[in-house]
Amino acid sequence: MNGEKGEAAATCMRLLVTLGELFEADRMIPITSAHVSGVSYKNIGTAGLELLEELAGKGAKVQVKTTLNPTGMDFFKWREVGVKEEFAREQLRIVEAFRKMGLLEELTCIPYEAGNRPSAGEHVAWAESSALAYANSVLGARTNRESGISALASAAVGRTPYYGLHLDENRAPTLLVQAPPELEDPLEFSALGYFIGQNFGRAVPLIRGLKTVRPEGLKALGAGMAASGAVALYHVEGLTPEAHRFSEKPLGGWERLRVDRKDLEETLRKLSCGAEGGYDCVFLGCPHYSLRQLERLTSKVRGRRLRRRLWVCTSRKVYEEAERRGYVAAIEEAGGVVLRDTCMIVSPTEELGIDTVLTDSCKAAHYFPSLCRVKASLGTLDACVEAAVRR
Amino acid sequence: MRTLTLRGRKLVGGLAEGVALVTKQPISFFGGVKPETGLVVERGHELQGKSIRGKVLVFPHGKGSTVGSYTLYALAKQGAAPRAIVNLETEPIIAVGCALTGIPLVDRLNKDPLEVIDTGDYVKILEDGTVEVRKSLA
Repeated sequence: MNGEKGEAAATCMRLLVTLGELFEADRMIPITSAHVSGVSYKNIGTAGLELLEELAGKGAKVQVKTTLNPTGMDFFKWREVGVKEEFAREQLRIVEAFRKMGLLEELTCIPYEAGNRPSAGEHVAWAESSALAYANSVLGARTNRESGISALASAAVGRTPYYGLHLDENRAPTLLVQAPPELEDPLEFSALGYFIGQNFGRAVPLIRGLKTVRPEGLKALGAGMAASGAVALYHVEGLTPEAHRFSEKPLGGWERLRVDRKDLEETLRKLSCGAEGGYDCVFLGCPHYSLRQLERLTSKVRGRRLRRRLWVCTSRKVYEEAERRGYVAAIEEAGGVVLRDTCMIVSPTEELGIDTVLTDSCKAAHYFPSLCRVKASLGTLDACVEAAVRR
Repeated sequence: MRTLTLRGRKLVGGLAEGVALVTKQPISFFGGVKPETGLVVERGHELQGKSIRGKVLVFPHGKGSTVGSYTLYALAKQGAAPRAIVNLETEPIIAVGCALTGIPLVDRLNKDPLEVIDTGDYVKILEDGTVEVRKSLA
């Protein structure tokens, strides 16, 4: 083994040992996959780029299947949407450094729909709050809330310190949530999640009262919770894989939260800037849209003419399939743009002449003002499409 | 001259010594400290306008974006990093930044470092997490 490769691995190991000591882990355990955030040049800047190039230069290599979060631009259409040359150059360097270390060029916040889908009980090291909430809660895999760099270090070593949500006892609910009946639209689940996270940011919620929730609803629920709070795991009674383990427990020790429809309306109202109708752009795909969501969008815009910008983000894999099925063409013929590898929140939106955005995601509305200096409002997919059609 | 010996939890080991810079406010390295100079730029922060370069930096814990770990890395590359960090109770942003750069990091001292260490004291960090404080006469 060459000495330099040893040096990068040693740095990664030192990082993991430090975290292990911080959280009083008694050992390291093997992981089966990793997902790394901190990929956009807008987020990590020159400091992050230099660190990644140094690690790549010293021969760091991932030992497990590892995917990447969205970057600051669509790798195929960045010129088309107005991303500047200088930004693109640095962004390409970042992804090149990751590629050298063996990470897969799946640049998405839904890696579980892009070939990185751990099974129940698998130990993994995932960053990206919405993705790791999905892995823990919906897939039943086990991960802590990793940062981009700790997930990368775990990938390079193939191990993670054994603490937190890797342990059975920390996966039990601490909060019982009674949800309002008959939620259906993903925006309602997004608001429910956001409301829970806002009130109990460190809880493991067990949610009652939801009958059927589609994957996009669960995705929105977890993304909301992880944006307003630090919730990394939730259970939905009758739906998620670990919920049954806890349903029979006495309820004495849990905190309780009853959510009414008016709490959700209030949540949406508070997150909206109120620039009714004056939106520069409609943004969909936070987290990245699934194939089914793109299909739904296609059915709503097919044959219509969008008069405002409508951008929808997804993963490369989903894009390819959507292209094959004609969804991309239908959306773009109507005047929309389907983007992959990116997300408006982590792209240089503030340089693209966008001041107000309408979106169907509480997570996006939460981050737009601080990360993009953009005002945001919330609406269902239907409302978003209608706003894009109106002049 | 008064000298104190404190015992803490060593998270990143190493020998270091220097003049203390103490704040009771958490620090966000990302956006809060200029990576080129080590100057604290967070508006309204107790240390705003002061440099952390070459200091033994004493504060409760980190806050803000996890990108703060990269900022510590950038500071170290520029030679503008603190010599060591003493936290009340640290968290992953600081721990990761120190592990990447080898900046010694100690927390959970047997006495509250924010009470017993003052800016200007001379502080020595030993390999095992012992913190020796020589009180400033000022």
